[in-house]
Amino acid sequence: MTEPIDQLYHFALLDEDARREIRRKLLKAVAIPGHLVPFASRDMPITRGWGTGGLQVTLSLIMPDDTLKVIDQGDDESVNAVNLRRLITRTTGVATTTDTTAATIIQTRHRIPEERMRADQILVLQVPMADPLRWVEPNLERATIMHSEADYGKMWVYMYESVVRAGDLRIASQYPVVVNRRYLMDTTPIPRWDVPKLHMAETLYLFGAGREKRIYAVPPYTVVEPLQFEDYPFRTEYRPGQRCARCGAENTFLTRHFVADAYGGRWETTCSDASYCAKRCAAAEANI
Amino acid sequence: MGYVAVRGGSEAVARAEELVDCLRLLGGSTPLQLPQIRDQLRHAVSRAMHEGALYAPLLAALAVKQAEGDSIEAAFLLRAYRTTLPRIMASLPVSGRDMRCLRRISASFKDIPGGQILGPTTDYLIRLLQPALMHEDARAVITAVERYQALIASGHQQQGEVGQFPKVIDYMRQEQMVVDPPPEPVAEEPYDITRKPLIFPCPRSARLQALAQADTGSLMSLAYSSVRGYGDAHPNLIELRYGYVAVQVAHPITGEPVVIGEIEVTEAEVASKAHSVTNTSEPPRFNVGYGFAFGQSELKVMSMAILDSVLTQARAGSLAGESGPAAQEEFVLLHTDGIEASGFVAHFKLPHYVTFEADLSVLDRARDHHAQRQTRLGRLVDQATEEQ
Repeated sequence: MTEPIDQLYHFALLDEDARREIRRKLLKAVAIPGHLVPFASRDMPITRGWGTGGLQVTLSLIMPDDTLKVIDQGDDESVNAVNLRRLITRTTGVATTTDTTAATIIQTRHRIPEERMRADQILVLQVPMADPLRWVEPNLERATIMHSEADYGKMWVYMYESVVRAGDLRIASQYPVVVNRRYLMDTTPIPRWDVPKLHMAETLYLFGAGREKRIYAVPPYTVVEPLQFEDYPFRTEYRPGQRCARCGAENTFLTRHFVADAYGGRWETTCSDASYCAKRCAAAEANI
Repeated sequence: MGYVAVRGGSEAVARAEELVDCLRLLGGSTPLQLPQIRDQLRHAVSRAMHEGALYAPLLAALAVKQAEGDSIEAAFLLRAYRTTLPRIMASLPVSGRDMRCLRRISASFKDIPGGQILGPTTDYLIRLLQPALMHEDARAVITAVERYQALIASGHQQQGEVGQFPKVIDYMRQEQMVVDPPPEPVAEEPYDITRKPLIFPCPRSARLQALAQADTGSLMSLAYSSVRGYGDAHPNLIELRYGYVAVQVAHPITGEPVVIGEIEVTEAEVASKAHSVTNTSEPPRFNVGYGFAFGQSELKVMSMAILDSVLTQARAGSLAGESGPAAQEEFVLLHTDGIEASGFVAHFKLPHYVTFEADLSVLDRARDHHAQRQTRLGRLVDQATEEQ
């Protein structure tokens, strides 16, 4: 998996000034959980909007003895994950793994791994939008003032209207949460299934938005509460009786896909966390 | 005096043209040949074709050469040529279902029947300049052919017809996940905005035609605005495919379909996360947007599909996509045509001596008025008015 390090480029691609800036901004983000911290966001050799924020966070933290895991939509083999991993290993030479429990840094897009992460691990999330107020206040100057005054009335109205018009909290992913009982935070488009994993976790969660030039964090043991109404509580995608068609897991986030067969085909659901699913399948086979 | 100015003007115009022509070759480099442009600058050629709304690769290469690489100018040259051609007949509807795909991906489902085919793409390219390209020579052509044959040999054998895949959206329609195409009276031929002006509200075929020949950058900006915050688009790429489709016409005498050629195209469908809730008698489904362009033009078709879905939602008055400029059909369709927009912005280089003279006289009057207000008398008048 590891390729020879490209000598033309600095260790971890970014120059030391950029790494220092990002680390300082990360410290600030950790000190003010859920608060959006602006950062310079350097140009990266991959497309803007494809994980440049998470990539900069990872590259500013990574050390030669780290073990890296990169996933995209829960999958280590997804093309974008392969590509980001290729860039990071090519410029750092670090070891990589697909095993959640073996990694020291995990960079992810749209998922938090199913296996419980520990205090000695860091999860870096790639963020597309950064500001949860975007849908109610696209103007950044006004949204910043709303955050500083904890003025989240417009968001509550948005939620209320979605209940009135669609009968439910119509937010599928990127579910807004309140962090440390202070800041409204965008959860990146992780499914609602992953949102409770942010609450009082052992792990440090770092969020990088490259295009939007913002960093934020949820430090370990932080209270993270989804926005909800008493009579319309927050619910995950979990359906009673759900089951992975591959490993049989009944308590994971599943994605569906169409399987063509002689009878015209059918829809099948499997774990979105591909390495966890493979691990369970391997364990089941070993038992036989 | 006026006569002299006109004569001087026509001479100046001719000289300016000559100067442009000379400057292109003054550097002493070898003149570009059209096949070089067609093969090696294929995205520039594609862009000239879809924005110029004419499928003619070699003529597009000529336009790119003549325009010295300016994409809007190249498209303009092609449109100006197209308008001289008679419109003989409309082709039979072409379906992306019949595409011979070089590439087809879905971002909505990990596994799709037929599989994800990455094909030729720079999506995952690490953007490092390649110094090896600086001194390429004829040997590189031979190597490329060998490498291509090795790639073909190492590729997996496809079952059935090469590059033919079922459409992902068909499976979604079966499941009633997405809305059916918007109902529209079936016309003999689609609306043609080159023969009839855009009148609002316009049929969807007119919208799609306008978007298909619009400037890529303009569509991109508006699509971006609607997904970034000035709108509520939430697009999800159902499928993007790139390859070749055959164009057929009905034989004028027998009415039998006859293949008249093959075109290189890109096609995309996006589902918008916002449910269609306009039809309250039916359960909600996802909205769909459609994008299509000549050549491998992925940014264009993605932008087009996003805007199509936003505009459909806005028209239906559904929950999302109501806000923001990208949801206003007139705003989008009337401001994204590269030829019209560039023309009008540039027209301010034309003499405006007369209108500016009129502006100046208005300015003079405004100044006089302002000066009067400053006088003591003016102040007294002001006071009196206030007291009244």
